[in-house]
Amino acid sequence: MNLLESNIRHLVRFTLNGAQVEGYAEPRLLLTDFLRHELGATGTHVGCEHGVCGACTILLDGRAVRSCLMLAVQVEGAAIETIEGLAQEDGGFSPLQQAFHENFALQCGYCTPGILMSMTEYLRDNPNPTKKEVRVALSGNLCRCTGYHEIVNAILDAAKALREEDGASS
Amino acid sequence: MPEQVQPPNKHVGRRTLRRENLALLTGKGEFVDDLPVKPGTLHAAILRSPHPHAEIVSIDCSALKMSGVHAVVTGKDLAERTDPMLVGFQNPIDYYGMATDRVRYMGEPVAAVAATNRYLAEDAVEAIKVEYRPLAAVVDPLQALAPDAPLLHPRADSNCVSTRHFIHGAPEEAFAQADHGATLTIRYPRNSITPMETYAVVAEAVAETGGFDVLSNFQGPFSLHSVMTRALRVRSNALRLRSPKNSGGSFGSKLTIFPYIVVLCVLAGKAKRPVKWIEDRLEHLSAASSAANRVTKIEAAYTEAGKITVLRLTHWDDNGAYLRAPMPAPLYRMHGVSTNGYDIRNLEVTNHVVVTNKCPSGAVRGFGGPQLYFAVERMMQKVASELGMDPLELVRRNLIRPEQFPYQAIAGALLDSGNYQRVIEEASAAGDLDRLKQRKQAALQAGKLYGVGYAACVEPSQSNMGYISTLKTGDERRRAGPKDGAVASVTVSVDATGSVNVVGDSVPQGQGHQTVLAQVVADQLGLAPDDIAVALDTDTAKDGWSLAAGNYSNRFSPASVSAAHLAAERVRKKMADIAATMLNAPAEDLRFENGKILAAHNPDNAVPFYRVGGLAHWSPSSLPEGMDPGIRETAMWSAPELTPTSAKDEINTSLAYGFGFDFCGVEIDPATGVVRIDQYATAHDCGTILNPGMAEGQIRGSWASGIGATFYEEFAYGEDGSFLSGTFADYLVPSACEVPEFQLVHPTPTPSPYTRLGAKGIAEGNQYTTPACIANAVADALGFEDVLLPLAPAKVLAWLQSSERPPAEGTAPAKAEEGKPRIGGSGEVQVSATPESVWDILLDPQQMAKIIPGCDRLEAVGDNRFRGDVMLGVGPIKGLFEVRLDLTDLDKPRSAKLVGSAAGPLGSSSGAGVFNLKPMEGFATLVEYSYSIQLSGKVAAVGGRLLHGAARQLIERFMAALARQAGGDAAAEVHSTWRALGRRLLALLGGAR
Ligand code: FES
Ligand code: FES
Repeated sequence: MNLLESNIRHLVRFTLNGAQVEGYAEPRLLLTDFLRHELGATGTHVGCEHGVCGACTILLDGRAVRSCLMLAVQVEGAAIETIEGLAQEDGGFSPLQQAFHENFALQCGYCTPGILMSMTEYLRDNPNPTKKEVRVALSGNLCRCTGYHEIVNAILDAAKALREEDGASS
Repeated sequence: MPEQVQPPNKHVGRRTLRRENLALLTGKGEFVDDLPVKPGTLHAAILRSPHPHAEIVSIDCSALKMSGVHAVVTGKDLAERTDPMLVGFQNPIDYYGMATDRVRYMGEPVAAVAATNRYLAEDAVEAIKVEYRPLAAVVDPLQALAPDAPLLHPRADSNCVSTRHFIHGAPEEAFAQADHGATLTIRYPRNSITPMETYAVVAEAVAETGGFDVLSNFQGPFSLHSVMTRALRVRSNALRLRSPKNSGGSFGSKLTIFPYIVVLCVLAGKAKRPVKWIEDRLEHLSAASSAANRVTKIEAAYTEAGKITVLRLTHWDDNGAYLRAPMPAPLYRMHGVSTNGYDIRNLEVTNHVVVTNKCPSGAVRGFGGPQLYFAVERMMQKVASELGMDPLELVRRNLIRPEQFPYQAIAGALLDSGNYQRVIEEASAAGDLDRLKQRKQAALQAGKLYGVGYAACVEPSQSNMGYISTLKTGDERRRAGPKDGAVASVTVSVDATGSVNVVGDSVPQGQGHQTVLAQVVADQLGLAPDDIAVALDTDTAKDGWSLAAGNYSNRFSPASVSAAHLAAERVRKKMADIAATMLNAPAEDLRFENGKILAAHNPDNAVPFYRVGGLAHWSPSSLPEGMDPGIRETAMWSAPELTPTSAKDEINTSLAYGFGFDFCGVEIDPATGVVRIDQYATAHDCGTILNPGMAEGQIRGSWASGIGATFYEEFAYGEDGSFLSGTFADYLVPSACEVPEFQLVHPTPTPSPYTRLGAKGIAEGNQYTTPACIANAVADALGFEDVLLPLAPAKVLAWLQSSERPPAEGTAPAKAEEGKPRIGGSGEVQVSATPESVWDILLDPQQMAKIIPGCDRLEAVGDNRFRGDVMLGVGPIKGLFEVRLDLTDLDKPRSAKLVGSAAGPLGSSSGAGVFNLKPMEGFATLVEYSYSIQLSGKVAAVGGRLLHGAARQLIERFMAALARQAGGDAAAEVHSTWRALGRRLLALLGGAR
């Protein structure tokens, strides 16, 4: 294992939503703080800093992880995706974002980035989930505003739209 | 919700999609912590009390000379530089937002540090050494009133700091004449709705005003602005408060951020730089805010026919360690509707405001309603069961009848409109109450535990700013002058190119206010909502605002919407007057449509909206005689119905009152105590619906937090005052799996006659009805009376087992055991060494240092006395503890007693243990041990499950190390012995699965 000296800032390089980024981080700097305050990617939110609420969920090499439980120096060389990278090329909403919009699936929007990222991974692996499965998949993300009902509906709508998109392109 | 509830040419009532989403769905929200700060801004961290009650003997900040630390404040600075924060009545509590001489709850701020970054600030906090002298604590509001209870505030003569007694009608006579009476004692727990975004403040001292500029996610009411300026000793206009565009939910909790604003201003003043503070989750759960837990004794008298003639309510409202304005408002906000929606003409209320060693209370969605209505609705169920009557029939017989509106309740609420019977009829039909009753019959026949519950609520919206004065006597009120009304402010302006801007004081936390105000103003001006810009980030230096500004108590739909409507109407009138001169038609005959202003009788005679706006800016001389140039109208709106408290203590606490009605069926698993909702329906009449998508979102959100309050959420304290629910793994918030589906019924609305669009609030109803409705169903299923929230399965199981008789007041058996953060256990381990060599290890600091997990160094500080530094971690929380160990009762090499303590920034613990060394064959020793540890502070707050696991691990590691140290590589063997022991120990600790 590579031992890093504390109190010294180390160079960290990775791709963020497809673009190469770099910055300096002390070994103890949390990934959330690095993304938000070093790189200015403030779309990823912090709700608990102890791994329970899911607000900070990002994709690390395609898998959903809690960025509050990681150190910035751990993602050297990785590919990270965050909410800032979800929209279409032209800036329009992705099917998941669109479904959230149309279903009133957010209120304050603080939990939303984590949910969108968790569900991006989930729908990639499970294109045709049932309502119950969506609820289970969603249970790692807390939302205090909506009561989840509209979020579940939005995810089901997005799954449908993605399947149709897939069907049309293949 | 129906897609469309208004005429097709109107935007109000449409399911218009939220404009707020565009930023929020793409990661471009603007929450406090997302915004850039000035270069040089420092970051704060707060040192908090590990004790529920203790005197502060000394605070030693000498270690803070480290680089990067710019300033520290303690209670001494607060006491010197600020005045105590005022509440609505004279009281014996001095509250500065930071402990001055004593700490009174676990998590109370003791010092705050500003450093160049958050990490350094937290290091610095850990370097502060505080010596405390612990005092006995009290957490139960009734025990707090005992003559020998520890007194929290020395200036007080009791922990009850206010008592008010109200008589409305003739309660005593009504009780004397009654056919029947019933009494019930309710204990409502502590909870909150813990928004996903915590408190956030950026404060800066401003030299030219001697005041402060603060950016925060404060939610209002802005009546607290003057509480802050009085505390900070600055003119009101020298405290500039700003809120950003987005706030990550509040549900009441971000009201009580204001003491932190004061603390941060003092810190920024001392640091001479802006200081930013982002609260962490443990801080939020332990020390931000909580609904007051409350004990209510409710008595009712009723006739044989089921007419309730009188209620007597005695409340003991536990506000925690301090009162923070507007506390104890929840008691008084609901005073006018103490009789809920029932036509009960006699009422007696006694309010006791109690302080205990817990987090100070604050606002939580529902603001006093959950506590009150839980008592009233549980009583309805009890009366029905005593009369052998269908509870719904009893509810119906007592509800206010449609022809009685507007109805003045006996305590003063002027219930504006409603048809409660019709809501019940429509809900029963749409929610299929008949089916539910059949399911109950079938379940009972199959031998299942099944119950049906009902709950009704009057849902107040837009608070009367005068209601808190009801806490004062008539004489005190007369001296203080009248207080009433609730001013809302919205500005609508039209610029030189005809673009419309709206600015308002509603300080949204995610409810979609921008979208709704655009709908309201678009309708007035004949434009599309997309044409209207709405800015709701606030700035007290520039915006129109008054005391009532903010987002609380269902304020938006009645208040802000009325103000927006009025301001837009004034703009429309002015523009009609201008257009009348251009179109040569009377202003009254003009219509605003599709971006044009046109003559109603000759639609071709029209002028574009933007031209009229342009004229007002480009050519004031062309305007009608005497008209002011430009177009900018600010409406300050308050309703005349919000009158002051009468001499007889009657108060119209709110302006508009909606109505909610729920029913449900639950099945209880007799093996586990799990309560499963089988069917649930809820109906809300909130008058005019402004945007069905958002109204439904409010109901569903409130339902989810109602489910949380019913089943999961409680700020738990040990009897000694230690706080036990400091993470989201301990304070349980429902996830998507715990929030069941339910039937949402849309009854025929009865618009409010007192709000401009007929809208009433909708955000709180299920905080009132859901806990009461489910508790009534559980009571029905079990035939059990003292149903306590939250409905943890262990608790329900205990009621089930105790079957008839309830447990002693307020103590469910399961709870009492897990209530105290005491860890204890015993075990034994085999070591491949003689008792003598094990003994030598245990008494040798150098060898002990090697085997105590996390121990760097242990030194002898006397005969058989040691001290050392140990890094201890529990779950996500790790910290350096100073450990002191005394070995006593030495009986070499057979047994000894170990008494120790550990103290660090994360908390403290003390404990004792005994070990016996028994020689075994082949130079081996059996070490038998038992221990008991008492924890407080942050370590205790992370709660039972983690602690048990951590204790097990620590002991496992210690024993393995001891075996290794004593017997070379015998560790593996010992480890396998350990597994069996570990299981036994775990079982002892209650952690076995
Ligand atoms: S902030 Fe990472 S899980 Fe809550
Ligand atoms: S939308 Fe506010 S927490 Fe989910």
